[in-house]
Amino acid sequence: MLDDKITSETFWEGVWENNPVFVMLLGMCPVLAVTNSTINALAMGLATLFVLLSSSLLVSLIRNWIPKQTRIAIYIIIIATFVTVVDYVIQAISLDLYNALGAFIQLIVANCMILGRAEAYASKVPPVKSLVNALGMGVGFTIALLCLGSVREILGSGTLLGFDLFGEHYQQWVVMILPPGGFFVLGGWLLLFEWLRQRKEQEES
Amino acid sequence: MARKPPRIELHTAPHAVAAQNVVVIMRNVVYALLPLLGYAVWLFGLSAFMLILVVLLSTLGTERFFNWMGKQGSTLDDWSAVITALLLALTLPPGFPLWMGVIAGITSIALGKALFGGLGFNLLNPALVGRAFVQAAFPVAITTWTPPFIVTRFTEFIPSTFTLPLMQPIDISQWLATSGIDAFTGATPLALQKFQSIATPVESLFMGSTAGSVGETSAILILLCGSYLAVRKMMNWRIPLYIFFGVVATSALLQLIDDTNPDPLFMLLSGGVMLGAVFMATDMVGSPITPRGIMIYGVLIGFLTVIIRIYGGLSEGVMYAILLGNAATPLIEMVTQPRIFGARKAPAKGGTDD
Repeated sequence: MLDDKITSETFWEGVWENNPVFVMLLGMCPVLAVTNSTINALAMGLATLFVLLSSSLLVSLIRNWIPKQTRIAIYIIIIATFVTVVDYVIQAISLDLYNALGAFIQLIVANCMILGRAEAYASKVPPVKSLVNALGMGVGFTIALLCLGSVREILGSGTLLGFDLFGEHYQQWVVMILPPGGFFVLGGWLLLFEWLRQRKEQEES
Repeated sequence: MARKPPRIELHTAPHAVAAQNVVVIMRNVVYALLPLLGYAVWLFGLSAFMLILVVLLSTLGTERFFNWMGKQGSTLDDWSAVITALLLALTLPPGFPLWMGVIAGITSIALGKALFGGLGFNLLNPALVGRAFVQAAFPVAITTWTPPFIVTRFTEFIPSTFTLPLMQPIDISQWLATSGIDAFTGATPLALQKFQSIATPVESLFMGSTAGSVGETSAILILLCGSYLAVRKMMNWRIPLYIFFGVVATSALLQLIDDTNPDPLFMLLSGGVMLGAVFMATDMVGSPITPRGIMIYGVLIGFLTVIIRIYGGLSEGVMYAILLGNAATPLIEMVTQPRIFGARKAPAKGGTDD
């Protein structure tokens, strides 16, 4: 059973030890699909972070009134509500960004990381703890998306956040912008993180 | 002086007479590739030589790096990485920027071989994995060809060879115009045929005096080198034959349907069919071992090559055909298991019934 005490681990768990992308491999659909540029990755990360925070808070607040039999449906309604909010907000801020992200904003509702947090965490702990944990998870997810997005943008377009890095003669690696590039870069990062993790474990033991 | 005790060696069957092991076979494949390399340098000059050298160094370096990472001994001396490097270099265009060659070499070993667990575990042909990666990453550079027999090929490099890392290849059209080339369209016989309907004479396809990748141009030389391996029983000669059959049959059929399609002989001799069929599709790890499996595998590759060439967006399809054939190999082997001698019925599902 989870206790109610908030430790630093509550936050850092999502960033490092149980990073939703690099360790739990959750929410792979946006990770692979919208990371072809840094700005897309950042927007998707922040949108997911917002939905995760709000839904975790709300689920945690009403956790004692949710009937066990209908909990999944209730979680989905709560998450979908916040996704709709994000959907309209992004549309209002930047239509270009909205078009670039396409259906993947609406698909945040199907991100298993968010539902997983609601089911496994928010419904069992008090609001503040749930919020801190959701923040960690969301930050971890955003960092992971940025890791992929920046590498793919640098190699694929020679730019970072739209700034030209290498001058006009840069040879773009076309494959990095295309879907296979997402798999290559994700694989590379997984390799790196696993290697770091193993080294850390060896040092501790 | 003490007599040496007699050496008694006990073996279980099969009692092989000749000592053929991986290292010996691999070394002989390298011998078979040497004439091709020499001819490539003769055709395309210093740039081809430099490209082969750089790809070799980057591939061997990557192999050594993964040996070191995996804390295992060096596997360079089994010659397999050398073969990967040479085959990869032979499939690249002569003026290919060297830094892209390095990328191709690294990906071929890293993605194609090391990640699967090294020699014997690679699902796909490593050289083709490397080439497929640079084809997807740098589609323009890998289809920029130079003609053979440029007069100054032994005194100067093709300018695009020494492109700065990460930069676009230097435009070579200006340089070509000053090197005594009257009319060069910058296309391989296949691209000429596909996009401009210009036929290339069969003799030049045989001798290899056409534009193309470093080592794919001469059909006759590839066949000779391949037959050396076949005679020494180091290569399954049935695989290339089935591929040739697949190519000829498919293109003959397509020509019957629509006679603007190129004829079977042209399809067979142009592009990378020879090099791919003889040296890459016969990779022992990626090809089936059952007799009927070999037939399916070869014909499938030949069929796919022609289909991609005629209906695909690219003018060449051998690389993808072989990679798909490699990927289908486990399945092909599963459905073509021969019946165990003496067994009455094929064992349940997945077995054969002949």
